Amino acid sequence: MIPELGHFALILAAVVALMQGVLPIAGTLVRDAQTQVTLQSLARPTAALQFVLVAFAFGALAAAFLGNDFSVQYVAQHSNSLLPKPYQFAAVWGGHEGSLLLWVLLLSLWTVAVAVFSRSLPLDMVARVIGVLGLISVGFLLFILTTSNPFERLLPAALDGRDLNPLLQDPGLVIHPPMLYMGYVGMAVAFAFAVSALMSGRLDAAWARWSRPWTVVAWMFLTFGIGLGSWWAYYELGWGGWWFWDPVENASLMPWLVGTALIHSLMVTEKRGSFKAWTVLLAIAAFSLSLLGTFLVRSGVLTSVHAFASDPKRGVFILIFLAVVVGSSLTLFAWRAPRVALGGRMELVSRESFLLANSVLLVVATAAVLLGTIYPLIIDALNLGKLSVGPPYFNAVFAPLLVPTVFLIIPGSVARWRDANVREIVFKLRWTFASALGLALVLPFALGAWSIGAAFGLFLGLWVALGTAQQVLARVNKPGRIPASFWGQHLAHFGMAVLVIGITGVKSYEVERDVRMQIGDVVTIAPYTFRLNSLDEVRGPNYKAVRADVQVLRNDKIIEILQPEKRRYFSSAMPMTEAGIDSGFMRDLYVSLGEPLDDARTEWSMRVYYKPFVPWLWGGVVLMVLGGLLAALDRRYRK
Amino acid sequence: MKPRTKRFALIAAGIVVLCAAAAFVLNAFQSNLVFFFTPTQVSNGEAPKGRVFRAGGMVKEGSLVRDNAAAGEGSTVRFVITDTAHEMPVTYMGLLPDLFKEGKGVVAQGKLGDDGVFVASEVLAKHDENYMPPEAQHAMDQASAAKAAQSLKVKP
Repeated sequence: MIPELGHFALILAAVVALMQGVLPIAGTLVRDAQTQVTLQSLARPTAALQFVLVAFAFGALAAAFLGNDFSVQYVAQHSNSLLPKPYQFAAVWGGHEGSLLLWVLLLSLWTVAVAVFSRSLPLDMVARVIGVLGLISVGFLLFILTTSNPFERLLPAALDGRDLNPLLQDPGLVIHPPMLYMGYVGMAVAFAFAVSALMSGRLDAAWARWSRPWTVVAWMFLTFGIGLGSWWAYYELGWGGWWFWDPVENASLMPWLVGTALIHSLMVTEKRGSFKAWTVLLAIAAFSLSLLGTFLVRSGVLTSVHAFASDPKRGVFILIFLAVVVGSSLTLFAWRAPRVALGGRMELVSRESFLLANSVLLVVATAAVLLGTIYPLIIDALNLGKLSVGPPYFNAVFAPLLVPTVFLIIPGSVARWRDANVREIVFKLRWTFASALGLALVLPFALGAWSIGAAFGLFLGLWVALGTAQQVLARVNKPGRIPASFWGQHLAHFGMAVLVIGITGVKSYEVERDVRMQIGDVVTIAPYTFRLNSLDEVRGPNYKAVRADVQVLRNDKIIEILQPEKRRYFSSAMPMTEAGIDSGFMRDLYVSLGEPLDDARTEWSMRVYYKPFVPWLWGGVVLMVLGGLLAALDRRYRK
Repeated sequence: MKPRTKRFALIAAGIVVLCAAAAFVLNAFQSNLVFFFTPTQVSNGEAPKGRVFRAGGMVKEGSLVRDNAAAGEGSTVRFVITDTAHEMPVTYMGLLPDLFKEGKGVVAQGKLGDDGVFVASEVLAKHDENYMPPEAQHAMDQASAAKAAQSLKVKP
């Protein structure tokens, strides 16, 4: 009964979303003043009602999972009575249908947030923004109802479920998709603001100021979601990698790159009134790429842990939806953009021009990633053969484009608006540059071996870190209240510096050993010695595992015992590798079990890694997220 | 400089940088495309020598052999990829992914040696037991299509 109520609530939600999408916007087009107010005032209540209905549907599905209702097909496919409760809940978004429901739930949550925190906005703007969000919601609700109904019954009911993919039974999965989706869907809000501004013809500083905190919050969630995904892949896949240039990763990286360009471009639009058309285009692109990401991941054209569906109808629906969104917003842009007035003047060297360079570089990097991601799909779709674009392409392209972007962070944030003086910038930063360079030349010796790559990466990271510190010190010594956005900006930039140093360190100094080991064998990666102590059978709630006991010794003293496991889940024949990881401030020690090499299962192939600086990757991401949070909480957005 | 000349210089510089970036990206792209070949194509000599490519099909039953290595060292594995029509021997040094099994689909990336043995640098992992890599499926389909065509020819 409950699943049917959930289904019904979803249908009602689609009807309400349609009202939310059509009536308030119609209210901005009619002439009669009284009707205008009546229609526009419908935006907030319909948004709230839609949220309640979608939340009810989501709750109904969660109840089916937690109650082990295997008469619901989606539950039978993605859960199991032995699955621990927290994972049964997380399994709600462990498959295609439920993850779309999560998408819509978060979209309606964002809409309600806009409705609540928009008291200072004029009513017609609220009506447009909520209306556009409603139309997007209609698209997704129709998608769910027509092609991916999670409440579909299975008759006769299954005795037990097929279980959640063991790879996904992990705390990382419980939070990774919701965070990533908060980011994707948040870009819908930035998009809705841009489209509303185009509709009203008022592309001005006020629009940019309204839009900025929302965009920053979306960017923050996206950053956090990508970071979590990377962290999950690192410890769960057992290969010790943290970024694979997998199409699905690229799908989340592209909106992030454009989103980063967007939050910087919005700043110029707010402060100087320039780049308006460019900012609008970036907002449209960021959301379109979020949709493209959803399409790539959900349509089954990509094969990965994320690709649940291979129903071509679904792919076609998302593709059509994508075409409608991109097509209509670009048409609107073409129609309205010529009326957009040019902003304030800028000189060749100014903060504006630095930020423009940032935008262009990020967009080119996005285009390069897009090319590498969809070219194989297009070639395959046209039946011209099968090919793939490997990580070497992305590495070759990405580094040269992102290095100048990161380098320009410092001169860009030192430069004055409108007209900056090159000599003044050079003069201000000369000591920072010299100390970053000096440290970068010396530090690699302390880390083990000197190489040009390590020195260059360290220089880049140190340059941003020291330059940021210099600006913070200069500002702290001046009188006056320091706004939260100042701290946010520099914290995020500092996070980027930490990330760059982390990437450099792990790329330059990681050591990997593939070895075969019996009990008592040792392998040494100086100064650490790994000794296989024992192999034991252990039992979890829904799996059996072989657990290795690996002692890590340093100077003949045991500093840590790692326990990598090879699990076999009851519900599937699929073995799973759980790595044993010891994290320090400067390094991770990482051991994973390969496979037994003899019938008695006493000799195993194993992977042993020394991974310096890995914790810095996560630290950098966390700093960027906190920076985004501080910037979004700035007082002046709350007026 | 007059503002006009300045703006022109800015735009020109921007275009030059963009063109350079595009040329560079496309060049890197061109040299990093990894093509896929079926065992049949490889045995027909269609696959390039000395360039990285991908090959896939089924792991032949009973073909997996592990070379003995001393403790503390890496081990080499040998197996045969088949598309039922042709076979291709592969060597790989490293840990096989969890789902690698005889009789199941596999995709490997590497180079073809002069002795006709494919030296894999990477054996691609899959995430689901019921899942067949599309390239491997493609190889099997191609081979069975070719067989069907042949048996049609033989019949009068």
